[in-house]
Amino acid sequence: MNRCAEKDFGTPGVVSDRMVCLTVDGVGLSVPEGTSVLRAAREAGIDIPKLCATDSLEAFGSCRLCVVEIEGRNGTPASCTTPVADGMVVRTQTPLVARLRRNVMELYVSDHPLDCLTCSANGDCELQDMAGAVGLREVRYGTEGANHLDLPADESNPYFTYDPSKCIACSRCVRACADIQGTFALTIEGRGFASRVAAGQAESFLASECVSCGACVQACPTATLNEKSVIENGVPERAVTTTCAYCGVGCSFRAEMRGEQVIRMVPSRDGKANHGHSCVKGRFAWGYATHRERVLKPLIRARTDDPWHEVSWEEAIAHAASEFRRIREKYGRLSLGGVTSSRCTNEETFLVQKLVRAAFGNNNVDTCARVCHSPTGYGLKTTFGTSAGTQDFDSVEQADVIVVIGANPTDGHPVFASRMKQRLREGARLIVIDPRRIDLVRSPHVQADFHLALRPGTNVAVLAAMAHVIVRDNLVDMDFVRSRCEMDAFSAWASFVMQPENAPEAVARVSGVPAADIEGAARLYATGGNAAIYYGLGVTEHSQGTTAVMAIANLAMATGNMGRPGVGVNPLRGQNNVQGSCDMGSFPHELAGYRHVSDDAVRGAFDAMWGVRLDAEPGLRIPNMLDAAIEGRFKGIYIQGEDIVQSDPNTRHVAEAFAAMECVVVHDLFLNETANYAHVFLPGSTFLEKNGTFTNAERRIQRVRKVMTPRNGHEDWQITQMMAQALDYPMHYDHPSQIMTEISALTPSFAGVTYERLDALGSIQWPCNATAPEGTPVMHAPGFVRGKGRFMITAYVPTEERTGPRFPLLLTTGRILSQYNVGVQTRRTANVVWHKEDVLEIHPHDAEERGIRDGDWVKLASREGETSLRAHVTDRVAPGVVYTTFHRPETQANVVTTEHSDWATNCPEYKVTAVQVSPTNGLTQWQKVHDDFAHSHARVETVAGE
Amino acid sequence: MTLGYHGAIMTPTGSLEARVLAILAHHAGREGALLPVLHDVQAAFGCVPQEAVPVIAKGLNLSRAEVHGVVTFYHDFRSEPAGRRHVRICRGEACQAMGADALATRVLAHFRLDWDGTTSDGAVTVSPIFCLGLCSVAPAVQVDGAVHARVSAEVVIRLAEGGT
Repeated sequence: MNRCAEKDFGTPGVVSDRMVCLTVDGVGLSVPEGTSVLRAAREAGIDIPKLCATDSLEAFGSCRLCVVEIEGRNGTPASCTTPVADGMVVRTQTPLVARLRRNVMELYVSDHPLDCLTCSANGDCELQDMAGAVGLREVRYGTEGANHLDLPADESNPYFTYDPSKCIACSRCVRACADIQGTFALTIEGRGFASRVAAGQAESFLASECVSCGACVQACPTATLNEKSVIENGVPERAVTTTCAYCGVGCSFRAEMRGEQVIRMVPSRDGKANHGHSCVKGRFAWGYATHRERVLKPLIRARTDDPWHEVSWEEAIAHAASEFRRIREKYGRLSLGGVTSSRCTNEETFLVQKLVRAAFGNNNVDTCARVCHSPTGYGLKTTFGTSAGTQDFDSVEQADVIVVIGANPTDGHPVFASRMKQRLREGARLIVIDPRRIDLVRSPHVQADFHLALRPGTNVAVLAAMAHVIVRDNLVDMDFVRSRCEMDAFSAWASFVMQPENAPEAVARVSGVPAADIEGAARLYATGGNAAIYYGLGVTEHSQGTTAVMAIANLAMATGNMGRPGVGVNPLRGQNNVQGSCDMGSFPHELAGYRHVSDDAVRGAFDAMWGVRLDAEPGLRIPNMLDAAIEGRFKGIYIQGEDIVQSDPNTRHVAEAFAAMECVVVHDLFLNETANYAHVFLPGSTFLEKNGTFTNAERRIQRVRKVMTPRNGHEDWQITQMMAQALDYPMHYDHPSQIMTEISALTPSFAGVTYERLDALGSIQWPCNATAPEGTPVMHAPGFVRGKGRFMITAYVPTEERTGPRFPLLLTTGRILSQYNVGVQTRRTANVVWHKEDVLEIHPHDAEERGIRDGDWVKLASREGETSLRAHVTDRVAPGVVYTTFHRPETQANVVTTEHSDWATNCPEYKVTAVQVSPTNGLTQWQKVHDDFAHSHARVETVAGE
Repeated sequence: MTLGYHGAIMTPTGSLEARVLAILAHHAGREGALLPVLHDVQAAFGCVPQEAVPVIAKGLNLSRAEVHGVVTFYHDFRSEPAGRRHVRICRGEACQAMGADALATRVLAHFRLDWDGTTSDGAVTVSPIFCLGLCSVAPAVQVDGAVHARVSAEVVIRLAEGGT
């Protein structure tokens, strides 16, 4: 029996107001109506044998092992497919069922290799457990007859093996792929004795539609689908619950361990964001933690063209601190700054901003949310009063209409996408607003009712046109607006959206979306029942990113789709802790909990707690820091866990800014692109090596637990603490829980958050305080945080980035499933088998005009720069639009992107760049220069004798 | 012009994809269209070619695996075209009781075939079938869709060779 396994109740739990009383083996039970007999018994500790049943899947009734006798009923019904009934008397152990079960097991085992002692699932195999449970003693049929014992294994997937010789054809994998993941990559091929699990059209898993989420591996009761890490190392011996460090979904995982070695990551059934599901990144792509390129010793150098040399932690910290002191004395306290990381924990982020504000003595702190969801913060705070999504993920189960704008959930937020697809298969309607035909538009069993394939940069116009239709056709929920919103602002907004330039016909000309589609989508959103909007960086990363967020908020308020489950405005946040890093006061103008630094009362509380006088002036944002560096006013920076050079727009400008600084301290796992410009490198710790909390896109605070000793020697919060101490600012925490205590004391929305409560509840959605001691799943019920919801005028202003004769195409960017952002981690895992290079998607019409064939090298040029990559000719993008990912440094996609940015928050306009594409035969000059530079600036001098 | 099993117009020329798309177009909007489409594809091509599966899957918004699962579940859907005459010998219990096994052995030996094999000249394919429902007039066979009852091996061979 697997010592790490979570209890499996056999069939899913049921929610019902009515309880049913029955007797199982003489024990009186009361369970919700609709519960299966199998689950009712298992909940009471009566473990009826089972093979094809597992509580993550609906009952299937194929293995015939869970048969029971029920008084007054004929035969031996399968307990998994039999719902409980009042007064039912069930016997789970009788001579009849015992004989049946043994006979069934005998048949299974007659076509199963008897290699238990050397099998990778030995000790973690349900077939083995059931053979014991039913008392199997002999197999009368021998092994001479027809069998499947010689079928070859499929090793094509880098993370798991499919060995059909061990398959019992229970269909758990097929059902997991369909029902949980929603990919339908598996089937049972053939019939009868010939039935076998097949991927795609009986091809290898890698060649099939499989997305390697691992749900099948988790569902398999035998060694048929087994993690290669288990095959190599043996079954795990203990499990620690922690939180994934990839995207903003925040999947809860059980790190299954042998000693300090991770054997596998298994999504936790108790995880409230993921309910036992995961994607290829979270489940499998954690090998970067022990990758040979990880830097484990601190490095320093005097000049960035010197090689690095390894030093002790004391020397590295002392060197960085003395440089920061020197710079402060020479150029003034405003010449220093810091960048917090949305990849690190809340506690670590809190300490970095505290270091900047309290030890550097200014507010020059910013975070990578600057380049992703800063418009969400600003837009939702202005309209609703708080800088966060309004719902929990469970809310999608009650949505009737789902609107996806500028997001690609199946690639970017795959676990949430699977839940969304479940709801869509149940009949919810779907509207996709995106320039590209993302998978959700049409993929097995999912079909969008409307796909508004708008021209990049016209979100605001299309959203205003939808509002126009809603107001024009009297679809506004006036009761909601009257009772919940500011009426003056509403009236002004209603007359604004009715202006002729917002009519669908006018917007059709601007956006390229047919007026009828805009009208249809608007009516569906307003009248289709519970309507929920999910959006991503395709909304925010525009010159009008904040405007678009407010336009979304307007739509939700106008239709009354706020303040209850199934509705709301939901930013799909990119990084594991981007919500948290913003909550923790990472922005130059805000202290923890989104309170402005100019607020004397707020600052006073921090002054008292921290023993300093905080600056009342907002500090510099990242782009301002870079500009100030080029002007010679900004000289030293401490960057925790962000690769600014690769991820920020207009790479050449960023590089110039870093080259102008005198002390760049990079605190990261790997020598990244920014480290090429650094003077001090502090090795960071991975999420497996530290304690803390992450906050996901639904404001859910979840524990991160240390499962192994930090290979670099310290958890990240300890490193920041050492830096503060070296700068003579006292920081003395023994554990991140003490940092959380300080956060709770200073931040009203976190007032009730403690590690004890997190351990007790599993997770908490902020705000968590005296009025909501267990947190807040759905916000703005019954009233908006700011009091009355505020409609904002959202006039469409075209971006200054225009196409013209020289740059006739529009470039937009995105991510793919197997890779994560700039790929620092995922490129160092076997996930590269799914993505060897970034490619440029181009429409066949545009490709033909330029003589470009699929797979050709092309030059991608904008006003800022040029790079080259391979072309993929596809009608997924509209004519006039090209698309690429930015996962690989070789591609240098941000050499091309511009410095246009959101008017309110400076969030870069990554999603719109005017470009030209032409055939080429290799790398551009910049790529060659960059390669040489990166190579020469990442040398590490090894110490003699080591 | 010929009509398929479910009435789709069988375009005799064009690429495989175009021909499958024409069949899909005929069934557009139909609930549970997969089986009718597969029947028409088999009528058009004599089998369900592997290359047709992705086209059907995309057209019906199913996964390739789902279509593959259905195709392989039914013995009647072939991966290769059958011979010009397709003989199905009933192997239901009633037919077996009336000597169908011996009959089958003789027919297979005559054409030098195993079950589901096709003669090298592409003339004849012999398959088993369970069952034709003609128990009262067993043994029974089906040749290209027409059933024949109380047959002997000689009769089956004659029918298979194009006789009547």
